[in-house]
Amino acid sequence: MEKFDIYLIGVGGQGIGLLSETIARAIDHAGFEVQGVDTHGLAQRGGVVESYIRIGPSHSPLIQKGKADLVIGLEINEALRGLNNYLRDEGTLLYSQTEWQPLAVRIKEDRQDVSAAIAAECNERNIKKVIADKIKLEDARMENVVILAVLAREKIIPGVKKGHYSLALQDLMAGPVLDKNLEIFLDVFGD
Amino acid sequence: MKKLGDVLLQPDSFSELLMGNHALVRAMLESGVRVVTSYPGSPTPEIGAAITSLPRDQNPLYFEFSVNEKVALEVAFGAAVNGRTSCVFFKSVGLNVASDSFVQLGLMDIPGGMVIVLGDDPGANSSQNEQDNRHFGRLSYIPIFEPKDPAEAYNMFKEAVRLSREKHMPVILRLTTHVCHAKQKIEFAPLKLEEQDNKPGFSPEKYGPYIPLTSSVFELKKIALERLKNFQEEMEDSPFHEVINNGSDRGIITTGLPFKSLMEVLPEIEEEVDILRLGVVHPLPEKLIIKFLKDHGEVKILEELDDFLEQKIKSLAYDHNLNTVIEGKVDFDDWIGEYTPDKVWDVLEKNWPDLLSSREERKPIHQAIPRPPQMCPGCGHRSAFFAIKKALQKEDISVADIGCHTLGYLPPYSLGQVLLSMGHSSGTASGLSLFNTEKNVVAFLGDSTLFHAGLPGIINSVFNQHNFTLIIMENDTTAMTGHQDNPGSGRNVRGETKKIAIAPLLESLGVEKIFEIDTYSQAKLTDYVKKAVEFDGFSVVIAKHPCMLKFSREQRKKGRTLKKVQITDKCREIHACVSAFGCPSFQLNQDGAVWVHDDLCIGDGSCIQTCPVQAIEIKK
Ligand SMILES: Cc1ncc(C[n+]2csc(CCOP(=O)(O)OP(=O)(O)O)c2C)c(N)n1
Repeated sequence: MEKFDIYLIGVGGQGIGLLSETIARAIDHAGFEVQGVDTHGLAQRGGVVESYIRIGPSHSPLIQKGKADLVIGLEINEALRGLNNYLRDEGTLLYSQTEWQPLAVRIKEDRQDVSAAIAAECNERNIKKVIADKIKLEDARMENVVILAVLAREKIIPGVKKGHYSLALQDLMAGPVLDKNLEIFLDVFGD
Repeated sequence: MKKLGDVLLQPDSFSELLMGNHALVRAMLESGVRVVTSYPGSPTPEIGAAITSLPRDQNPLYFEFSVNEKVALEVAFGAAVNGRTSCVFFKSVGLNVASDSFVQLGLMDIPGGMVIVLGDDPGANSSQNEQDNRHFGRLSYIPIFEPKDPAEAYNMFKEAVRLSREKHMPVILRLTTHVCHAKQKIEFAPLKLEEQDNKPGFSPEKYGPYIPLTSSVFELKKIALERLKNFQEEMEDSPFHEVINNGSDRGIITTGLPFKSLMEVLPEIEEEVDILRLGVVHPLPEKLIIKFLKDHGEVKILEELDDFLEQKIKSLAYDHNLNTVIEGKVDFDDWIGEYTPDKVWDVLEKNWPDLLSSREERKPIHQAIPRPPQMCPGCGHRSAFFAIKKALQKEDISVADIGCHTLGYLPPYSLGQVLLSMGHSSGTASGLSLFNTEKNVVAFLGDSTLFHAGLPGIINSVFNQHNFTLIIMENDTTAMTGHQDNPGSGRNVRGETKKIAIAPLLESLGVEKIFEIDTYSQAKLTDYVKKAVEFDGFSVVIAKHPCMLKFSREQRKKGRTLKKVQITDKCREIHACVSAFGCPSFQLNQDGAVWVHDDLCIGDGSCIQTCPVQAIEIKK
């Protein structure tokens, strides 16, 4: 497999670690070489969290600025940040429209139309924009499995298929939690 | 489901996608380590999590989170002089706390072998500095391995144990944040857990002396230097050093993760250069380095943080009359930050502008709004800061300490104006209160930190009659680093233990004025802080509430759904909840309307009392 670099970004508390672990394992199940690294520590307290996944031959677990093939944003403000910092021209942006307002918005120091900002940047740099389906979930952290299903359905990561994602979920979950996640996965996948 | 503990205990060889911190535990098991100790701190606490994931009845490791790094190191040392192979791990700044005992280790004959795993943090991802702990190796005559990735960390750990046992000397394995946390597919060797004997191995007659006093200090120091020399000779041709020869006149000497960054940008560099990557960074393989210098006209030392290698390599070149051009750090930027691939490009470009072209940063059309970290929904520390702010004058001085509550320094609370290290707050506050009759001084301290390094400052405040108010932010856990138990929790990694209650402890120390209150009782807390501040002398307020992130996770695990609050039509858009109390669950619309985000709210209800018009209620 050719090189394919994925940068994930979200807010501490969204469960980005589990999402990135699932994607990395799905890539492994698909038989590709993979490495990556997540944010741990301080930022996990409601700050920006990021994760890097690299497919194919690579050296550093870190991706260079502006060189990711795919940016996954779990939150809309963070999608803009990830797009600005890491996505290459003509790459793909997959994001969730979930919004958790940053502090500056809540204390009335700043505000912006984030959707419009994302659209402008994507337009300027010929970026393919994919918005994750909006469905009602009982727990916000299940949004991650919606992202997985969209990745599988839209074949966003080359060579990684539905079966690989569900194997990865089975590596990491069991019992009713697994059932619930697989149910949402299949539902969004449209099976 | 693949459970980490089961994966790590597989008897056969296998390959698995694992993070560096987890892979280390397999290395411990394979190399017969028996005692592991630590005090939690990023980037290393996941090592502890991996050990505690091992099924209790199959876990051959004794593990503890000690009260601080110094004690952790001493426990590991005690085990190792008794013949039990041990390992202590902690974060970069943990070594400062441990250092008084650490610097003695090199002098000691350690028959069991002892590996010190250090998690350095270039880039200060989750630390109060980015100190370069390689200096400590030189200071204490202790060798340092530095792996480039998780797979090598696993292999180097085993080699470190082997050498440590063979030479009876401590060995450091220095990791950095993105080696600890990087994930890759690692090939693991088979695991054979051998029955180990419990015969006491401690023998001052055979291995001592262990009392470094008077003339024995010199004798022990000489032995330490000899051991180090012997280690160096053996490591000259260690397979952990790596030479990449492209036949160039230009070479780069580098180590660890910066090597990987270099390999990442290399294909984009105009000319192929040669590389020497060092797996042991102290003591240096001198012959290998001299040969590399001789073979090249120009050598760049590419090293993260300080000029540790540069100084040593330049002096080697001087001693050997080499006229190779050696280029080290060019400016202060080269001393700062993690050597990511982007950074390595910028660093190299300064030396070799002919090989690397300047990279321009693209300006995005719209910048994203910054998102600083913040306290979680329901956090007891938030209620505390909200209430304490009301008790203080604007001019009062507030001293922060380390923990989740450090975040109180950010708006909207802005409490905490100075910070040195874990447990500094009482000492610093004492100093601030001297020759100071105008401003009250208030200091904060977390409960894990109180036991870790906070007690001497408290005792000193009693002993020397200082005049300030200490607010202990008790949440029953070591929250910031991932909820490890502390002596106030009533639990350790094995189960229940005696709980050291803070108020009686302080009473027994002679603290005269102690208030204790749950932080959700905000008005009372405000009142207590006012009284404490008015008190002439040293006073303490214990502001407690269990960590709500821990609580809400436990509830979710049990399958319970959490309640939510909602804003009623009594709302007058005063915005106390969203702007002054600042719980992230409150969202503010452009038109001024406030709503509660169900993704975030945990229904704790600590916000209800903050609304002057009672417009917040628990959703039915
Ligand atoms: C010497 C040292 N060891 C470890 C750390 C890592 N560390 C940062 S915050 C923290 C937790 C402190 O816990 P506590 O005092 O209970 O405060 P909480 O986070 O629970 O509010 C630790 C251990 C550090 N910064 N310095």
